[in-house]
Amino acid sequence: MTTPREEPARVLVTKLGLDGHDRGSRVVAAFLRDAGMEVIYTSPWQEIAAVVQLALQEDVDVIGISSLATDHLLVPKLTMALAEAGLGHVRVVVGGIVPDEDESMLLDAGVSRVFHPGSTREEITTKVDELARRARDRRMS
Amino acid sequence: MSQRPVQIPLPGFEAARARWQDTYNQQMGEEKVRRNRSGVEIRALYTPGDWSGERYLEDLGFPGEAPMTRGIYPSMHRGRTWSQRQLIGLGTPEDYNARLARILDAGGSAVSLIPCNSVYRGFDADEVDALLLGTCGAVVNTVDDMDTCFEGVDVAALSTAMNDPLPFTLLALLLAVAKRRGIPWDKVTGTSNQSDYISHFVANHMFFRIALPGSRRVLVDHIDFASRRLPGWNPLSVVGQHMQQGGATPAEAMGLTLSTAVQYAEDCIARGMDPDTFLPRFTFFFDISISFFEEVAKMRAGRRIWCRLVRERFGAQDPRSWRFKFHGQTSGVDLTRQQPLNNIARVTAQAMAGIFGGLQSLHTDSHDEVLSVPTEDAARIAISTQNILREEAHLVDVIDPLGGSYYVEKLTDDMEEEILSVMKRVDDAGGMYRAVESGMVQSMIGASALAFQEKIESGEQTVVGVNAYRVEEDGSSRGALSRPLPEVMQTQLDRLARYKASREMAAVNAALDALARSAHDDGENVYEKVVDAAVAGATHGEIVARLREEMGFGEPLVQV
Repeated sequence: MTTPREEPARVLVTKLGLDGHDRGSRVVAAFLRDAGMEVIYTSPWQEIAAVVQLALQEDVDVIGISSLATDHLLVPKLTMALAEAGLGHVRVVVGGIVPDEDESMLLDAGVSRVFHPGSTREEITTKVDELARRARDRRMS
Repeated sequence: MSQRPVQIPLPGFEAARARWQDTYNQQMGEEKVRRNRSGVEIRALYTPGDWSGERYLEDLGFPGEAPMTRGIYPSMHRGRTWSQRQLIGLGTPEDYNARLARILDAGGSAVSLIPCNSVYRGFDADEVDALLLGTCGAVVNTVDDMDTCFEGVDVAALSTAMNDPLPFTLLALLLAVAKRRGIPWDKVTGTSNQSDYISHFVANHMFFRIALPGSRRVLVDHIDFASRRLPGWNPLSVVGQHMQQGGATPAEAMGLTLSTAVQYAEDCIARGMDPDTFLPRFTFFFDISISFFEEVAKMRAGRRIWCRLVRERFGAQDPRSWRFKFHGQTSGVDLTRQQPLNNIARVTAQAMAGIFGGLQSLHTDSHDEVLSVPTEDAARIAISTQNILREEAHLVDVIDPLGGSYYVEKLTDDMEEEILSVMKRVDDAGGMYRAVESGMVQSMIGASALAFQEKIESGEQTVVGVNAYRVEEDGSSRGALSRPLPEVMQTQLDRLARYKASREMAAVNAALDALARSAHDDGENVYEKVVDAAVAGATHGEIVARLREEMGFGEPLVQV
């Protein structure tokens, strides 16, 4: 059963790997929620398989991965696992401390957008909402 | 010629003040009330009407004397400046050893050990995704690894601050190394940083390893063990930094930290320990934000509250128990990715606030921390910043140089009031342990984090290069990063496998079984068994795993 296009975007906000600094993900989750989206939030250090499972169960459109240390290095494994699970339409965004050279690596791996420190609420909510619409369009087609 | 403090009422004072106020109001018109990050109202001018020095002896006193507002030692920075303790740790034990050697060559005597995030999470290298190994700290799992870290270094001559959450496996490995080298444990000096499990449960979740009740017990066991066996070791560092980095205002961070320290002290007293045996070795760790005067006042107020509290609440008699010793770290949250060299200016202002706040040890952030793990170049600038402030700007010539400023004294009083009101909320909730268990503290911090971000979004709080004074950038000022090569980490993994295969397994298993039993026997000291296990050859990951089995895996309480 899929969510109709006009329903609020469904976004999973989480962290992979080992780091637990979550001020950024908590603030962003609150921003997305206050912008009217359905936000699913988890504690940090999720396993990739668990994120895929949750994305499936919760029928999410966008997954937001927060990274302060180097956990974003795992994101290519996530995009691959999503594709394998038939969730290729789900858009993945990353936010946090991401060095320039890692950013290109992430974009090559299918990440839709990297939000750096200093990104505004407006930028994030607008982009995530737009990506959610695109995810639903992709799934329909 | 010295001036006597102005006494109020001063003839003509009120008339002069009213005259100034009129002119000020005419020029400024209707003004919005200004508040600092803690919510304290900040007025345009402070005068003897706000602080007159009449209660000098009760509220300030002299450095090294109660209530310690002006500093915890009689000579403060003029006698001995702060320790320059930069965080180090990246890659393998060999990498750590090489970096340590360079620091010691440069005259350092206080060092830190920052382990890899896999270690923080309680795992050995072979239990996590190898991609992440050594990217944020040193991979240290075994007594051999620890030996390599300190190869060629006299462990007894160093003060080592280890980022070592409970059950304090790194200290146990260090003690095993000391034993191997024939160094008596009473010669080992340093601090168990990251021993404050409450701050991990609430804010820095990465360090939270063992479920809350187990954590509570292991910390007291550790303090007890250190009191008996490690006279040179500070077993506890209560960390306000996590609270503030997690979003707490400066006053909330100070209040929550003091309440946490009260909880730990009460837990030790409940175990039958005498406050004057453990309080002298409590240390604190604070974030220093760029809200300059607010930070100075936060630290002065914290010192005063702690001194009064330990005397009144715990009956501490020994003046060493009254000293609020703290390390400060400049706030990473204030740094920006935009125009990253601007961060050098931010760190300078933050460091000045910490110095004027009377800290005992200082870490200055590298300007590139917002881009990646710091490069060595940037770390050197961070150290130079401290040297310049100390020896070129002469910030250390006078003790508590901002003391006696009408503003700083009034702000110290106001911050004290805010801090005490936070502490009262915690007391009313049944103390810090209960207050974090229920999520009350997490909600407080979450709301403050959001409120501060709103101020940045609305432009009420300027952040240069982010919401004001933006410039086009080409990214050329961003340094290159260094990460351990995969083949180097493979060598480390091979070494771990060889280590595990070469041990006397009967002794390791016996020690781990004894550790497991101690978790269910209140007559035993769990930390003693942790040390025994390390000496017997158990790895960091094995010790943590065994305690997690017996005491429960630590899951922080996360709220949005």
